[in-house]
Amino acid sequence: MSRLVLRRLAISVSLVFAVSLLTFLLQSLTPGDTARTILGTNYTPEGYAQLRQQLHLDQPVLTRYWDWLSHAIRGDLGTSPISGLGVGTEIANRLGVTLALVLGTTVVATLIGVALGVLSAVRGGVLGRAVDVLSMVGFALPSFWLALVLVLLFAVTLRVFPATGYVPFLHSPAGWAQSLVLPIAALAVHGIAHLAKQTRDGMLDVLSRDFVHTLRANGASESSIIFRHALRNAAIPVVTVVGLMLVSLLGGTVLVEAVFAMAGLGGLAVQSTTQHDLPMIQGVALTFTLIVVVVNFAVDLAYGWLNPKVRAR
Amino acid sequence: MRPLRAFRRPLSVAAVAYLGIVLVAVIFAPLLAPYDATDGDLDHVLSGPSALHPLGTDNLGRDVLSRLMYGGRVSLSGVAEAVLTVLVLGVLSGLLAGFLGGWVDRVIMWLVDVVLAVPVIVTLLVVLAVVGSNETAAMIALGVLGSPLLTRVVRGSTLAVRQELFITAARVSGLPNRSIALQHILPRIAGPIIVQASIFAGAALLTETSLGYLGLGTQPPTPTWGGMVADASTVIDQQPWLLVPAGVVIGLSILSFGLIGDALRDAGARQAPPRRRKVVAVASSEAKPEPGALLSVHDLTVTLPRSEVDTVVVEGLDLRIEPGEVVGLVGESGCGKSITGRALLGLLPEGGQVTRGAIHFEGRNLAGRRRSELRGLRGSGIALISQEPLSCLDPVCTVGRQVDELVRRHEGGNRKQVRARTIELLGDVNLPDPERTVRRYPHELSGGMAQRVLIAMALAGRPKLLIADEPTTALDVTVQAEILELLRKLRAETGMAVLLISHDWGVVADLCQRAYVMYAGHVVESASVDELFDGPLHPYTAGLLGCAPRRARPGRRLPAIPGTVPDPRTWPAGCHFAPRCPMATEACAAAAIPLFEPATGHETRCIHHTQVKGGENAAVA
Repeated sequence: MSRLVLRRLAISVSLVFAVSLLTFLLQSLTPGDTARTILGTNYTPEGYAQLRQQLHLDQPVLTRYWDWLSHAIRGDLGTSPISGLGVGTEIANRLGVTLALVLGTTVVATLIGVALGVLSAVRGGVLGRAVDVLSMVGFALPSFWLALVLVLLFAVTLRVFPATGYVPFLHSPAGWAQSLVLPIAALAVHGIAHLAKQTRDGMLDVLSRDFVHTLRANGASESSIIFRHALRNAAIPVVTVVGLMLVSLLGGTVLVEAVFAMAGLGGLAVQSTTQHDLPMIQGVALTFTLIVVVVNFAVDLAYGWLNPKVRAR
Repeated sequence: MRPLRAFRRPLSVAAVAYLGIVLVAVIFAPLLAPYDATDGDLDHVLSGPSALHPLGTDNLGRDVLSRLMYGGRVSLSGVAEAVLTVLVLGVLSGLLAGFLGGWVDRVIMWLVDVVLAVPVIVTLLVVLAVVGSNETAAMIALGVLGSPLLTRVVRGSTLAVRQELFITAARVSGLPNRSIALQHILPRIAGPIIVQASIFAGAALLTETSLGYLGLGTQPPTPTWGGMVADASTVIDQQPWLLVPAGVVIGLSILSFGLIGDALRDAGARQAPPRRRKVVAVASSEAKPEPGALLSVHDLTVTLPRSEVDTVVVEGLDLRIEPGEVVGLVGESGCGKSITGRALLGLLPEGGQVTRGAIHFEGRNLAGRRRSELRGLRGSGIALISQEPLSCLDPVCTVGRQVDELVRRHEGGNRKQVRARTIELLGDVNLPDPERTVRRYPHELSGGMAQRVLIAMALAGRPKLLIADEPTTALDVTVQAEILELLRKLRAETGMAVLLISHDWGVVADLCQRAYVMYAGHVVESASVDELFDGPLHPYTAGLLGCAPRRARPGRRLPAIPGTVPDPRTWPAGCHFAPRCPMATEACAAAAIPLFEPATGHETRCIHHTQVKGGENAAVA
């Protein structure tokens, strides 16, 4: 287990460095820079040079990277030259929305996906084929399109859920929940499809193994075989899929936040992309990478918990 | 992989046809499109489908069908760029890692791990923020981020192919590495590469349209599929129809890529057997239980689905076990011994059924009952131990929990009582230090220890009959002897009967009082073990006995019965053993052979039984 944790830690640290360094290197390769974006088209060479100096853009790229890194390690992600806001503060303000979406979707998709998978593996027949169809359709539907259809149905036509916006939990828990229903539904379909299929395939595989036959032959109850033994064995690959889903949900939130006009990190990423606000997008990328690192770490711990062979290592 | 087989399914044909139509429409858009993509018809703004505009118009009166055709040029060439990047990077790095191994492999796999952990969309946003709205750059970046999955596939396949003989031969003959990789390995692993590329194409299209929706790829007025959804979203309350064309085209395209990938992959894999859940046909229950017998089986006939046809694998089997008796069921692999054992437990494989006969256990007929009806009997009436003990234990559950579960099921009690009984059981099967063993996981046990645990599990319900299906086959010789000794001791202590399924005469002679010899679904001979050894009355028995290594004579070749057990679908009409039998005559093949009983308690299914000579010469070459 400790070897596994160390290996994961090494990958995580190199990942954080790689993403942040890559962002810096990409910046240095491109014509035009933040100074020009701020100044617009009318500027004097002196003013431009002064601003570049002010933003440390005249320094070599590795110096700037080191500068950014040494600040970032102390929690200072710099200031957006476009809006003048602190990158760290801005991210902290918006993190809640994104986390609510990502974690909410993970919980919903895992519960429904695993339940569907188990049910279809055990019952088979029509339900099994339904899960097959659902997983194909779920893979193919773009979340942003699905989100729009949900808005059309439940917000524009039926008016049961708000079409846009996010209500902070502390303002009104009921409003918070309501504002999350449609975005989470749009995001969860893909994950449900993936998880239902993975759970079903995994359960069918485990249920055909020798130890299930032995347990059955010696009188173990069917519910114990399904939940205590088969599901626990099938859970190992399912956890991998949950981890992958969480990571891809970070991308999904970018789109769904755009559809529902929610002020989360995804919206911030898109906004700073269009504005060439590099310190901001650097901060967002770092935050997302850190979330990925934490998720992968949690997945590895879950492996160890589920699989005694991994734990022993 | 047989690609053609992949396209027998109507869905995959539809997927290929759909993608073909889309490709043609998109490539020849300038010729085929009814309107220019950017020309607005301001007289028909936001019209639904009409004769003039088959898919309607958008908020600027532009023809939706034409925009879809032109928009596909952007989306699909983006997908092509990404897929090409994945192919180049993934195949190269995978071949290098798999073929060269060593530090090259380690560096590449480390990179794979790092890149796989990168959040894709955000990284694409960073790229777009830096290079501006350059779709090609974004799609190439997507290809870079997607390539590790292909690297893994190619590396895995390369490793597998590299082990094969012809590659070694090519190396020995001095062919350079590059030609080996390109000429010999690449063609062999093309299948998995195509599958992966097809699946990735779907993901790439999803990402491309997502970027288009966010307005980050190719800029207006050039139409893109994602951009069309974005346009539709602004007028969602005025003309919801606009969501349909772009959404359906995107969804169907992604679906088609996925379907083609699935079909190709399934064509490469072995086909899974069809899963069916049929209620077991009700068998005739006219036969009366034999008085005094613990188990009496009469005329048991079992079918299993083979290539979707129900095939008889056990035919007209009679079997009788007295309380406390140890009975052997002997034969080569594939004779139907294990299936007989499973039929007794009501646990035939999926699709298998008892079509005829009766299974009386303690006077009750078990044949033809559903799996669930026999649940109460399993473990407490009849229990099972089988071969491959390590795969018969749940790998993620401690030994203690697995035994506990069965103890609780059969005897109940609180946690402490259950655990105490578990430890007692583990002691009964001579496991050293039961208190420590309960906390162990299966992978920490040896085969012999695992078999002892399984015996303890089987004993948890204090069964009256234990079916031991090749209980020592997978074990070392010394451990075999210990397990047999343990079974003998347990039988003496508990008085349970044992049905020992084995191909090993030594094991049978060691433990059993009587034995049934099975060949190709039939019982061909049954008698006390002594009689079988001293005077077999069926050429198959005689042949089997001659083959037993323990009876071999030094300096002489170990004999073997020529030929193999026939497949159940090709059983001959008469004696099933006739094609391999040195004594076979025309009469043997003419009609089914009944059981004869030349001596009390000694039955044989051979018309020439008076001529069968004992020991090691009869059917042996």
